[in-house]
Amino acid sequence: MYFLLRRLGFYAVAAWVALTINFFLPRAMPGNAVQSIMSKFPNLQPSAYHALEAMLGVGHPGSLWHQYVAYLGDVFTLNFGTDLAQYPAKVSTLLGQTIPWTLTLVGTATVIAFFVGTGLGIVAGWRHGGGLDRVLPGLMFFQAVPYFFLALILIELLAARAHIFPLGQGYDGGLIPGWNSAFIGSAIYHSILPAFTIVITTTAGWMLQMRNVMITTVGEDYVVAAQAKGLSSRRVVYTYAARNALLPQLQGFGLALGFVVSGAIVMEIVFSYPGIGLLLVGAVTSNDYPLMQAIFLVITFAVLLANLFVDFIIVAFDPRARTRGAA
Amino acid sequence: MTAAPQIVVDPAALADEPQVRKLGQWSRLPVKAKAGAILLGLFVLAGVIGPMVAPYSPDYQSTNPALALHAPDGQFLLGTTQSGQDVLSQLLTGIRMTLELALLVGVIATVLSVVVGVTSAFLGGLRDEAMSLISNVFLVIPQLPLLILLLGYLPQKGQTATILVLSLLGWAWGARVIRAQTLAIRSRDFVAAARETGESTWRIIAVEIVPNQVSLIAASFVNTVLYAIGTSVALAFLGLADLSSWSLGTMLYWSQSAQALQLGAWWWFVPPGLAVALMGTGLVLLNTGIDEFGNPRLRDAARAVRIGGRRQYPADPTPVWQPGAQPRSGLGRLVHSFSRASLADHGTAAGGRTS
Repeated sequence: MYFLLRRLGFYAVAAWVALTINFFLPRAMPGNAVQSIMSKFPNLQPSAYHALEAMLGVGHPGSLWHQYVAYLGDVFTLNFGTDLAQYPAKVSTLLGQTIPWTLTLVGTATVIAFFVGTGLGIVAGWRHGGGLDRVLPGLMFFQAVPYFFLALILIELLAARAHIFPLGQGYDGGLIPGWNSAFIGSAIYHSILPAFTIVITTTAGWMLQMRNVMITTVGEDYVVAAQAKGLSSRRVVYTYAARNALLPQLQGFGLALGFVVSGAIVMEIVFSYPGIGLLLVGAVTSNDYPLMQAIFLVITFAVLLANLFVDFIIVAFDPRARTRGAA
Repeated sequence: MTAAPQIVVDPAALADEPQVRKLGQWSRLPVKAKAGAILLGLFVLAGVIGPMVAPYSPDYQSTNPALALHAPDGQFLLGTTQSGQDVLSQLLTGIRMTLELALLVGVIATVLSVVVGVTSAFLGGLRDEAMSLISNVFLVIPQLPLLILLLGYLPQKGQTATILVLSLLGWAWGARVIRAQTLAIRSRDFVAAARETGESTWRIIAVEIVPNQVSLIAASFVNTVLYAIGTSVALAFLGLADLSSWSLGTMLYWSQSAQALQLGAWWWFVPPGLAVALMGTGLVLLNTGIDEFGNPRLRDAARAVRIGGRRQYPADPTPVWQPGAQPRSGLGRLVHSFSRASLADHGTAAGGRTS
């Protein structure tokens, strides 16, 4: 319990840091931000001017502290203000439309990659010097290849030339989003290639890490003792070695999520996938500051929540985390 | 996009012989480290002499429409772009620029992480807690969205801005690992001995602590360079870079925005991407080699050996002779005809784990 409370405190601090960066960044911008933004959006209403002023804190009554408190209050009530590029759409509406896409695709692909990579890592670590070790350099290449580069080549080969998969988008353009089989089927069909690229570029990382921890664990005395007792190999691998090697892997999972999210952003650009990454890059290219900031917060909070979830799993797996509270 | 490596403080890494000397011996490096170093060396060479031997200026635009999207031949070894620029010349300039950025980020971020990690471990107490908290917060906040946000606000998105922002966000993992290792080394006898003889803290840090984590610092540097290459290329691909300069990322950006692949001009798109991937492979190989250097258990183990017709891996227990069991293969029958003692010898040779 102490461990979870400690982690919870840490995530609260991390969330606060993200919020604070978000608050001070536009205020540290040189020049009159509101004017420069307004000049980029000639068809903005005068009311947007005030909304912008409030967001950026220019000409706003009250001290910086008051603005800060008001800003925190806005975030907690999910009031991210009005969007600039798609005025007068609410930022929170845009977020609500895109988050489910990213969450489903990236979540599923990450979980698949984690399980496949960890499984292969267990085998490679146990069979150190075996066949899987010989393909390691090839896996390192897939780990190092830029995400979007591989994705674009796959699109060209499998979608544009071979017509096995669609070129991009989240679903067939002729369909209206809804909970019917035609739409869901189309959405799944469109998600196969993006998910596949995420899986093949991230599996190698999980595998290499699990392999290394596994090799170290297999050398531990308690594994040798288990073998000496005459336990079956299966039992020694899974109950003794892999179970303990999994703990650092789980801790790494939380930290590596940030990288996965980064890859997913680029993936969405390449596939024109209607998720939050596409929205973010669109916001950057159109200087849509309120949207940019809100997306940064949402992504950060999602990663923090996923980390918290991983901590619950660690507590379930590791009795030491339950008693001593070691981080 | 790489998974974070795990912190392994292996007793073997704390050997008494300073690691500086061992890392300096080429013949003692693991094969993977050598392969990685050679691969990287080629790119460094290309980066250093490339712009000098490049056949054309990367900016030179040919007005002759016949030379636009020209397929590779003797005159243009890697073909031309849509505006008739030579891809090979751009690639050579791009390798230099990307390497320059990545190495600078690596140096700045690694220095930061050594300073923060060692200081934090030595200060201890509340200040250590605070510094660890800061590095953990930097680790958990997703990097690319923050980078996009930061670069989105910056009026100029040049090379210097990218280097600074990447270094500022890239030190946290190294600091965490180095702090853990410093704590482990600090309690060792030779540090206590140095303290007893009256050495100053700075001298202990510079002479006893840092030289003993050279492999860790090297790994952290290699990881940071890998991160810098991957992230800067991704940022440039998203258009968040100085698009008038030639780096591998901007090359990919321009070829993609001109739809090079759809036009069949693979020679414009594939070389820069492949260069990034091979550079990354070299770095990952190098890092695996350094890992093996610090943790001998990771080195390539003895190959699997067949005993009694069954494949025995180093992790398998020593095979036990069972009176009732009939071996299957010819080798097995041969082994079976030997005495019990010879069988045990074979097991030891295969396992090497019975000691």
